[in-house]
Amino acid sequence: MKLLWFHLMPYTDLPDDFTKKHASVWVDIDSRLFDPAKAHGMYNDFMDELEFAAEIGFDGVCVNEHHQNAYGLMPSPNIIAASLARRTRDAAIVVMGNSLALYNPPTRVAEEFAMLDCISGGRLVAGFPVGTPMDTVFCYGQNPSQLREKYLEAHDLVMKAWTEPDTFAFNGRFNQLRYVNTWPKPVQKPHPPVWIPGGGSIETWRWCAEMDYVYAYLSYFGYKLGQATMDGFWAEMDRLGKDRNPFRAGFLQFVGVAETRKEALEMYKEPAEYFFNRCLHVDARWANPAGYSSEATIRARVASQVVAAASKATDAVAYGPPSFEEIVDKGYVIIGSPDEVADQLREVAVNMNVGQLMMLLQYGNMKKELAFYNTELFAKRVAPQLKPLFEDKWEDRWWPKPLPREERALPRAVVVR
Amino acid sequence: MSHPGVKETFVRVGGEQVRVWEKGSGAPLGVLAGLGGLNAWTPFLDELAQSRTVIVPSLPGFPGGGLLHKKLDTFADWIICMLDLLEAAGLEGKDLVGHSIGGMLAAEVAAFSRASVKSLVLIAPLGLYDEKDPPADPFNRRANELPPLLSTKPAEFAKERLTPPAGLSGDEQTEWTIVQIRATEAASRLLWPLGDLGLARRLHRVTCPVKLVWGAGDRVVPPSYAQKFASGLAGPTQIQIVPGAGHALDFDAPRTAVLG
Repeated sequence: MKLLWFHLMPYTDLPDDFTKKHASVWVDIDSRLFDPAKAHGMYNDFMDELEFAAEIGFDGVCVNEHHQNAYGLMPSPNIIAASLARRTRDAAIVVMGNSLALYNPPTRVAEEFAMLDCISGGRLVAGFPVGTPMDTVFCYGQNPSQLREKYLEAHDLVMKAWTEPDTFAFNGRFNQLRYVNTWPKPVQKPHPPVWIPGGGSIETWRWCAEMDYVYAYLSYFGYKLGQATMDGFWAEMDRLGKDRNPFRAGFLQFVGVAETRKEALEMYKEPAEYFFNRCLHVDARWANPAGYSSEATIRARVASQVVAAASKATDAVAYGPPSFEEIVDKGYVIIGSPDEVADQLREVAVNMNVGQLMMLLQYGNMKKELAFYNTELFAKRVAPQLKPLFEDKWEDRWWPKPLPREERALPRAVVVR
Repeated sequence: MSHPGVKETFVRVGGEQVRVWEKGSGAPLGVLAGLGGLNAWTPFLDELAQSRTVIVPSLPGFPGGGLLHKKLDTFADWIICMLDLLEAAGLEGKDLVGHSIGGMLAAEVAAFSRASVKSLVLIAPLGLYDEKDPPADPFNRRANELPPLLSTKPAEFAKERLTPPAGLSGDEQTEWTIVQIRATEAASRLLWPLGDLGLARRLHRVTCPVKLVWGAGDRVVPPSYAQKFASGLAGPTQIQIVPGAGHALDFDAPRTAVLG
């Protein structure tokens, strides 16, 4: 299986009374809380962590896009990815991703992703999220009633821009371009693998199946709630006659590993609480504008116990953050010794049939030293126990196909004077 | 939802079936409802029907308006749709009462096509945006914040306008809720993000008589906007401020004599 290292890049210096004094971590968060000099340190620590993860053997490193918030400091993940393309050698560069409807014109995404694929020698995974309502509808002013149509149209435009060799005109509902001729084009043919981060809507499952894309369920609420969603996903794949190749699916999981469970509980309590309290402190008024969810999804949400349970969990966090005991008991964060973590993750991967496992090993206000420790222990003592899973039976058709290693450029060593 | 004396028909607009209610006698009077639309005939409409034949076509995406809003991408699409709708409902060239978003659309229609409207009563219309005194954002409210934003009788408003009527099955309640959400989506589709589509630049084209009616307690569009509208309009205007009413003036003060 594939083990990927995902960075959300949280702002690590929110005050202790943040959730009491401030209504939201997103959209209208008080910008006076942002200290650029501290952010300098954070960005550089975070990039060190991503580079270290690639160096120590994670299959891929993941970045994503969010706006106007202290939950994740990457309005432009492509900037981080560009640096990673130079500072890593073999790891997949997984941009999870660019929210297509936010780019005008969306060919900008085709261009920047093609640049990343060229610079990295074909190591890019192209992620196309719709984007959260906070990011898209409130921060970037997108019309909630048109967001999904605009997203799908932008997707079609980007795909055509990557695969059509001749200059073409695009006459869409939201985008009209007389001359589309994206230059550069990606290394990977016909295009980089596409992964779709989703939250559990049936339409997204169907679309991923139809397009042959990876469906990545990015939940903060662990494998116990994730199981129900992934069961739904695989039932839908069965219904559509698709195989149960586990590499069709991705899942996000927080992990804290130490020599013993007792130590791990002590070490990861603070960063886990910081994340689930402060980073997820999203005012409910930004959470669900009318039109953002399709009517089919709303109907399913009402009808299905599955999704109802998941949205209840979200509400619980929006109105009253979980205790550390809940965080651990409910599996939001998997905590333990290397063997305990490996056992649990094997169960997660097998039960959910997920081949692309995205690990969150830095979260909340976790310091760089602890993030390195967590990452190293995971790479050396957990990963070897998991890596062979699925590999004998299934081909990962959704993994980047880079240029041969010996043909890929090596950045010149820089002498800092 | 049937109501004594109300005739319900459907007209075809943009390939969709759109509900039209009619009640009363006398000269026809079109009514375009406000945010949320109408799930049931109201006492306010009854008041108007005392002296007029009240005709209430549903707006695209609002209750009774199906999914028509999903076909409207541009502002021009909305205007053409409104002209089609008024024509189909037999309201071309007639007197119109427009409330909130319905008031904005009525004013836009009058600006684009003078012959389409005889006179206007605009109740707390949206459409102008003064950054020194901006209208509220009606789309980012927690559920418990919406009733006091819209109405000066929030508890009654929540019960009558925002809660499914008693006696519905589980599925019917779900559909009722979806229709409510759809109405908000349809309003968002036209108004997002600020509700300023440039009406200020077109108001001078409105030459018919216009009466502006505002609830003194309107928390969505401040009553000061009555004067802003009046100063942009080209024809004769009157202003009526209704004490004790909020943005949902039809709910808060249903006996208000808005005509004449």
